[in-house]
Amino acid sequence: MIRFLLKGLLRDRSRSLFPILIVTTGVMLIVFLHAWLNGAMSSIMQATARFKTGHVCIMSRAYAEKAEQIPNDLALLGIDTLLSAVKQNYPDLLWTPRILFGGLLDVPDEKGETKEQAPVSGMGVDLLSADSPEWKILNIRPALVSGALPARHGDILIAAGLAEKLHLQPGQQATLISSTMYGSMTFANFNISGIVRLGLGSLDRSAIIVDLFDVQQALDMNSGAGSIIGFFRDDLYHDEQAEIITSNFNGQHLNTADRFSPIMATLRNASGLADYLDLIDSISGEVLAIFILIMSIVLWNAGLIGGLRRYGEIGLRLAMGENKKHVYQSMIFESLMIGIIGSLIGTTLGLGFAFYLQIYGIDVGSMMKNSTMMISDVIRARVEPLTFVIGFIPGVLATFLGSAVSGIGIFKRQTSQLFKELEI
Amino acid sequence: MNYMLLSIFIFPVGLLWGQTPSGDDILKKVDQNMFSETRIILSRMVIHGERNSRTVEVKSWQRGTSEAFSEFLAPVRDKGTKMLKLQDMLWTYSPTTDRTILISGHMLRQSLMGSDLSYEDMMEDPHLPNLYRASLSSEEIVNGNLCWVLDLSAKKEEIAYYTRRIWVDKKRYVVWKENLYARSGKLLKTMDVRELMEVQNHWIAKSILYKDALKAGEGTEFFVDSIVLDAAIPDYIFSKAALKK
Repeated sequence: MIRFLLKGLLRDRSRSLFPILIVTTGVMLIVFLHAWLNGAMSSIMQATARFKTGHVCIMSRAYAEKAEQIPNDLALLGIDTLLSAVKQNYPDLLWTPRILFGGLLDVPDEKGETKEQAPVSGMGVDLLSADSPEWKILNIRPALVSGALPARHGDILIAAGLAEKLHLQPGQQATLISSTMYGSMTFANFNISGIVRLGLGSLDRSAIIVDLFDVQQALDMNSGAGSIIGFFRDDLYHDEQAEIITSNFNGQHLNTADRFSPIMATLRNASGLADYLDLIDSISGEVLAIFILIMSIVLWNAGLIGGLRRYGEIGLRLAMGENKKHVYQSMIFESLMIGIIGSLIGTTLGLGFAFYLQIYGIDVGSMMKNSTMMISDVIRARVEPLTFVIGFIPGVLATFLGSAVSGIGIFKRQTSQLFKELEI
Repeated sequence: MNYMLLSIFIFPVGLLWGQTPSGDDILKKVDQNMFSETRIILSRMVIHGERNSRTVEVKSWQRGTSEAFSEFLAPVRDKGTKMLKLQDMLWTYSPTTDRTILISGHMLRQSLMGSDLSYEDMMEDPHLPNLYRASLSSEEIVNGNLCWVLDLSAKKEEIAYYTRRIWVDKKRYVVWKENLYARSGKLLKTMDVRELMEVQNHWIAKSILYKDALKAGEGTEFFVDSIVLDAAIPDYIFSKAALKK
């Protein structure tokens, strides 16, 4: 039966070409769009994890309430014990303390007075420990554009955009002006050891990367940190596992009365991305539904036209005694085959485009000049197992719905009128 | 007859009206009480934070409204930090970095040493009649003293506090209480004077509580430990060279 229908489809191109083209186009767009959205969201999540919250993030309860303001006055203190405990209890993750801070970077003239100043977004990370995971997490080595990596206390890395703005070169001195965790104005001299391009517009305009100990000294945060962040060792965010670890940790630290007791949050919750990701999921679902609806209407219309064209054929089959249900079923089978063939071609083409953009990406840096979003300048598509099958849902469903609706006309044919209609 | 009755009522009302000074007149008197050509002040700020309280001690030299020099004496971490205000520029010297740095832009809106005051508050022209129009609103008793309540509205657009409400002592022309508002009407800061002292025929606030209404905490207590008015201050104090000395 399938072979018979397939032969019919191949030999009568007017029956198959137009529907296959529609299904192919729709499926290709869906597959590509899915991979592209997936890539963009992965980029945001990866950048947020690397530079902001990790895959899980431990803060003080008071800090967590105002985390967007980076309230270092509410930071965790005495982190050594806590850090050792989480390293021991949750060995599946890499743990490292971080201090985020803001301030001004001031460049002196020959008299030591202000020549140029610019606002900076600072990151205090463990740069000098032999076993620091930050080199891997921040991917610093490949990001180095000029100069050298920090080798001693007082060395810092600055972003390429900031270096350009302040006309700074490796080897020059600059002074950080910021606030201590107690609110006093604080000043610290640093040596620019290297210039980095992190690939995120918002950071490449203003970032400085300083060793954690130097930041603790500068901001009067001895043994303190804004957060302790954890990363899954495979560098991928596992939401369910993160939720389990978070619940377990928070279950052991239930002292809600102490505003400075630690609390853990997942990447989704700590970064405020949860709503955003849910919105993207919901939009993806809506886009898929709209595609299915549009394709169904087009294929329904194509089915009606085909039905008219095949009016005689269907009539003859009914007149020869083929039952209406069987004719209807064979048309549905035909449409399913068209759906599968179209989906296969569409998925192949869509995956082709997606793989191309997974390797080369599109540079959106010029469009993100003033953006503060944690998103890479080069957005790449990301193909995952679901990308291989997602196109089949609308591809097959739309052809099925289109044929199912247009084929209803078969049941309206009166057998008694068939010979008259066929003018036999 | 009607004119007679009218004149009987209008005359005393007119007399009373003549005795009550306008808001702007009261503000000028407040300014006269506050103003002296120079001041040398030794003060303390007790800053109450969420985690702890700490005390900052400062010695300041002020000349007119546009020149001021301050040196931080305590705590140890801030000792030796100096600030110089010349016109609308604020320079600071930090002994740890041996750098003289210009404080500008958004840093001026930052908290002064973690207190409830900002650098912008320090930079403000202290002559309120230059900045605000005053209208007399009512009378109230504050700390047992009968006060005029004045509503001040800004004469200029670019000003940190668009409106203020001040409570002025009717006898001594000193401000007991002050609320500072944004253009939207939102309360930004409050100031409550707790104790006054008389120095060289001027009434000066000796103990003040400043509170940033947008911040949690108990505010910042400010104490004037000693003050000398109209003292001779050498010119070099108000130079950038003095910062490194």
